Amino acid sequence: MSSFHNLQELRHSASLANKVFIQRDYSEGTTCRFQTKFPSELESRIERTLFEDTVKTLNNFYAEAEKIGGQSYLEGCLACATAYLIFLCMETRYEKVLKKIAKYIQEQNEKIYAPRGLLITDPIERGMRVIEISIYEDRGSSGSSSGSSSVSDSTAR
Amino acid sequence: MKSREYQQIDPQALPTPVRTPPHDHPQADGGDGRKEPRRTPRRKWEVFPGKNRFFCDGRIMMARQSGVFPLTLGLILVTSGLFFIFDCPFLVKHLTGCIPAIGGVLFVFVLVTLLQTSFTDPGILPRATPEEAADVERQIDDTGNTSYRPPPRTKEVLINQQVIKLKYCFTCKMFRPPRTSHCSLCDNCVERFDHHCPWVGNCVGKRNYRFFYTFIVSLSFLTAFIFGCVTTHLALRAQGGKGLVFALKESPGSAVELAICFFSVWSILGLSGFHTYLVASNLTTNEDIKGSWSGKSGEGVTNPYSHKNIFINCCSVLCAPMPPSLIDRRGLVPAEESAQTGGMDTERPKLNNKSEMNVVGGSLHLVFDVQESCSDFSLLLNHTKTVPLPARSLVACYSPNTVSVCFPVSECCVKVTPLCAVFQLLSKVCIDHAFYWVWLVESIKHSCLYVFIRHISWKGTVCLLIK
Repeated sequence: MSSFHNLQELRHSASLANKVFIQRDYSEGTTCRFQTKFPSELESRIERTLFEDTVKTLNNFYAEAEKIGGQSYLEGCLACATAYLIFLCMETRYEKVLKKIAKYIQEQNEKIYAPRGLLITDPIERGMRVIEISIYEDRGSSGSSSGSSSVSDSTAR
Repeated sequence: MKSREYQQIDPQALPTPVRTPPHDHPQADGGDGRKEPRRTPRRKWEVFPGKNRFFCDGRIMMARQSGVFPLTLGLILVTSGLFFIFDCPFLVKHLTGCIPAIGGVLFVFVLVTLLQTSFTDPGILPRATPEEAADVERQIDDTGNTSYRPPPRTKEVLINQQVIKLKYCFTCKMFRPPRTSHCSLCDNCVERFDHHCPWVGNCVGKRNYRFFYTFIVSLSFLTAFIFGCVTTHLALRAQGGKGLVFALKESPGSAVELAICFFSVWSILGLSGFHTYLVASNLTTNEDIKGSWSGKSGEGVTNPYSHKNIFINCCSVLCAPMPPSLIDRRGLVPAEESAQTGGMDTERPKLNNKSEMNVVGGSLHLVFDVQESCSDFSLLLNHTKTVPLPARSLVACYSPNTVSVCFPVSECCVKVTPLCAVFQLLSKVCIDHAFYWVWLVESIKHSCLYVFIRHISWKGTVCLLIK
């Protein structure tokens, strides 16, 4: 597998081969959860445990964002009392967690996925329906087999 | 679907789907959708496919048909205005100064929540990207459906030990999450779809249901309050034997208010009561009307989303954290995405006027007269006789916009005549990780159906005759 020094390089020197979509898991209702089933296309690219960890952490983040508890009741009542005008001024709890998720995904991409030629797209950009994982191939090589780093080989289009 | 069946397509033509294909085809200049990046980047609301209207550069949105929203706003403003002008001075003098204060608070509440209900994104789900749609269709293919007619596209999931059927939305090209419904007026899938309210000119869904509920509850309080105050006002004026007519003549605005409030308070109170029931049992209007959980099927189906506790249901509907808007109205459209998705429905492979057949590099390239195009695939099929497919071909997936056909290369049609054809652009499909244009041509003259399939780089077309 070739190594990419950063995400920019990945995008410029590799070509998009395929995209895998991790669908939602509705077994617990309409709360946001993603399936942890390991897709077969990724079998040769990344270890199962790393992938499952990522998805489980994301699921935990979303559960935290949507949690209904004492704090959310207070926030809801306060919002209602102000005719929901505080939504215009304040950042909601969900938005705060979304920022954490974005940071986490970027960190995972940089540390784990980009070196393996993969890229995770934040689910919020796909309507929270799927986690889109893009699989990149080196332009120089013809398949996903390991080869020498072809960063220098990539010609400008 | 195996790769050997596409050998006739030029193997050099295997760029990745997002690359710009070589522009050596004179016909392909406008037709392949790879426009040059626009100089001023557009915001996503400008290319939004649903029927919505956007204001303030995407900050405010409504349904395209605003319905009777101006009437609602007008009635509220007029009634409250008349109240403050005609009734309040008298009541402040004779009763208490609290009355305009309470009225004012209620009025502000009603107005603010009305505007929020109308202008907030109700929970619209963005349409599936082409790759996602192709992935979903590929998963449906795997079940081995070979029928010519569109299969009923449902997927079953288990929610809290209950089987729920998820339907496929042909417009948005995805399986709808549970409790999501497609609003035909707005042409969007909306999460936790309640109903499309013409009075507020917007759908009521997951994100604005709490605003809507607060609106109708405070409106019923306001209407009842005004009604009570006006009645008191007129009663006080009519005291001393002066009579109701005298009182009405002195304060004509009150008559208008009385009429409006009298006729609306019952329906608004009824609506508030109904929605309070829905909130307490965690139902949507849509589900209640369809009777999804009323056990019509006789099996003891219960609402799997209910927490079985009225208080928790109310809190989860009204006090849950506010979900984010998924459609990112004010984001900028990325250059290659606008070229790719924006062109999906409007491109047509442009073709020459003369009819000819070329064999180019081992593939068939067919050019013919384009007569007419219709946009409804199902209509086109209805005009043909039922055509059985040749035994070895497989309709891999079907929807009103897409047909993916897998066929042995030997079945290719080599007969070409000037065709008077009805031309129908179907879609771009992904087969074996490469993207192809597929379109259907019905030859009225020859009473047969042709399916054309062509790689997106415009090298090589293969045609299947279905007769």
